[in-house]
Amino acid sequence: MNSAPKHPEQPDIRLMQGNRACAEAALAAGMRFFAGYPITPSSEIADFLASALPRHGGSFIQMEDEIASMGAVLGASLTGVKAMTATSGPGFSLKQELIGYAALCEIPCVIVNVQRGGPSTGLPTSPAQSDVMQSKWGSHGDYPMVVLAPSSVKETYELTIQAFNFAEMLRTPVILLSDEITGHLYEKITIPPPEAVPVITRRSPRVAPNASYKPYLPNEPDLVPDIPDIGTGFHFHTTGLIHTPDGFPTREPEEVRALITRLHDKINSRKHEICLYEERNTGDAELILCSFGASSRSCFQVVEDARKEGRKIGGIGLKTLWPFPDFIFHKLSSSVKAILVCEMNCGHIIGEVERVCEGRCRVEGLGKCTGTMITPSEIENAIKRIK
Amino acid sequence: MIPEFEKFKGFKAKSIPKDEPLAPGHRACQGCGEVLALRMVMKALGRDVIVCSATGCMEIITTPYPHTAWRVPWIHIAFENAAAVASGVESARKVLKRKGRIPKKHIDIMAVGGDGATGDIGLQWISGAFERGHDFLYVCLDNEAYMNTGVQRSGCTPYGAMTTTSPPGSESFGQVTWKKNVPAIAVAHNIPYVATASPAYYLDLMNKVKKAALVKGPAYVHIYSPCPTGWGSAGERSIEFSKLAVETKVFPLYEVIEGRYVMSRKITKPKPVSEYLKGQKRFRHLDEAHIDYIQKRVDADYEKLIKLSEMT
Repeated sequence: MNSAPKHPEQPDIRLMQGNRACAEAALAAGMRFFAGYPITPSSEIADFLASALPRHGGSFIQMEDEIASMGAVLGASLTGVKAMTATSGPGFSLKQELIGYAALCEIPCVIVNVQRGGPSTGLPTSPAQSDVMQSKWGSHGDYPMVVLAPSSVKETYELTIQAFNFAEMLRTPVILLSDEITGHLYEKITIPPPEAVPVITRRSPRVAPNASYKPYLPNEPDLVPDIPDIGTGFHFHTTGLIHTPDGFPTREPEEVRALITRLHDKINSRKHEICLYEERNTGDAELILCSFGASSRSCFQVVEDARKEGRKIGGIGLKTLWPFPDFIFHKLSSSVKAILVCEMNCGHIIGEVERVCEGRCRVEGLGKCTGTMITPSEIENAIKRIK
Repeated sequence: MIPEFEKFKGFKAKSIPKDEPLAPGHRACQGCGEVLALRMVMKALGRDVIVCSATGCMEIITTPYPHTAWRVPWIHIAFENAAAVASGVESARKVLKRKGRIPKKHIDIMAVGGDGATGDIGLQWISGAFERGHDFLYVCLDNEAYMNTGVQRSGCTPYGAMTTTSPPGSESFGQVTWKKNVPAIAVAHNIPYVATASPAYYLDLMNKVKKAALVKGPAYVHIYSPCPTGWGSAGERSIEFSKLAVETKVFPLYEVIEGRYVMSRKITKPKPVSEYLKGQKRFRHLDEAHIDYIQKRVDADYEKLIKLSEMT
């Protein structure tokens, strides 16, 4: 591991891989438990944490499979330690049942998915952005999901910390949806000093253990309950069944509705806080290039080139994919002529953009599912087709 | 005694099949002990076989698009489910035979995986297939870590070994757990045939694979497979390490025929384990105390095996 800079007043500038930045940021966010399973292209995260976590007083376990990794993360988080796992497509598929469990039982955790081409074994060493819908709808049942997608090494660092903060603040699983390009990219990054990193930790019960404590009773106004860490004196029930505020199973329609809607409301009511994005030259733009992850790098390049030539093109880089930041598009769709959605898949985010724009502007897609990245020239060609 | 074994006289060095169901020209690393073992497995089985292959090194190096080294029907499944897919293939062939849709001729069905696919992620699927009693053989090619993803530890990684996820240093001495005894798990399913094999003893390996194919019901063969890339050993020494593993009692060769343990090679004058450990970068950080511990545990495990062979 790189040591801290010799002169503390100098910024800590490093050349770092995206996956490494994710692991470093997780440590900075207070993550002290990692359970994982080898899978390309995410293995570097586990490889680094295997040696780094013990030195930070944390614990690294390589589990026997992907499902077990997710199970260990839930156990560690329920016990009160910030926990994470990292995987890619096939492993992400296997983890889905327990991701739904985490959403229902309000277990804060971070799941990193460094996307590769699919379906199935797919393209283990090639990039894709085709797990966007799975990251929202992967587990069965109605549940909300927070999904962040970094586009650079720096953003990987920032969004990993953000992922832990959202997870702890909202008591929910958060998915960091990276991709093979961003994960394996080496870039310059300035590591912020620890005091500059905002770290949020889940609330504990504000009362002493007592028999009448209701672990799932929501607080106002954030609707997040103060669930005790297992083994801290509170005697309560954790179950994957639909439960009442005391944690016990219920089939009462009103109680079922109350839980399911609260799970959604605690996240959707704070959409403006959770939905992060980058806007460039959108003010007077006639055409907006919308993208996320590695693809947004190409989009912003095109925006930059176009502006030099006086073309009115702007860019939106989504950092939060779920909950979907519909408010951005509500506003934009009435001021621009067209939105071009660029993504390395057969069309995921474009469906959301179309839904929100409701025909107020043209929505076109540049979907690429070839296991290769979208280049600026391909975007230029797509722009020509629109005009 | 298993009736299917009666007619089988065993392979002879002079009459090893010349046919190569696994073609040369694949992309294995120099000195790969795993592909060598697989080549011998396929020579023993011949071409009347359907292979269900888990994700792993052998899958990748034999099938770089648009090429394939397989001259037999071959299915690549996911990481965990080779035994389950083999179960489906075997059951479907039974149905087709019953309906007269395919000839009654026997075709072997082999599921093959590495130590991760076998001992870790695929274990429950193998257990299910053994429990149901499908007529197939499962071959584990054990190179003692996840090599294809960059050398991460597995349940079959030996004690003390360095991998990227069991790094030695101030907080650890490498792999902290003892190698998982997967053959014993197979034996616990009361299947008719279990064996361990090594590419250094190729006739023994081929005979065991052939017996595993001949026997009715599930069979399991666990094959030691040196990995120069992952172990940090010289490619030209793979066979030497395979021999040393047997001679130091680190990887004993035996069969378990209907629950009866039979030692294939009794080691009366064992070499010290240190001879096996040196020359492999994955073990070079180990101190005397760890090597002593390994020696004691290897001796004890071997003693247990001898007792089992005397008991049954």
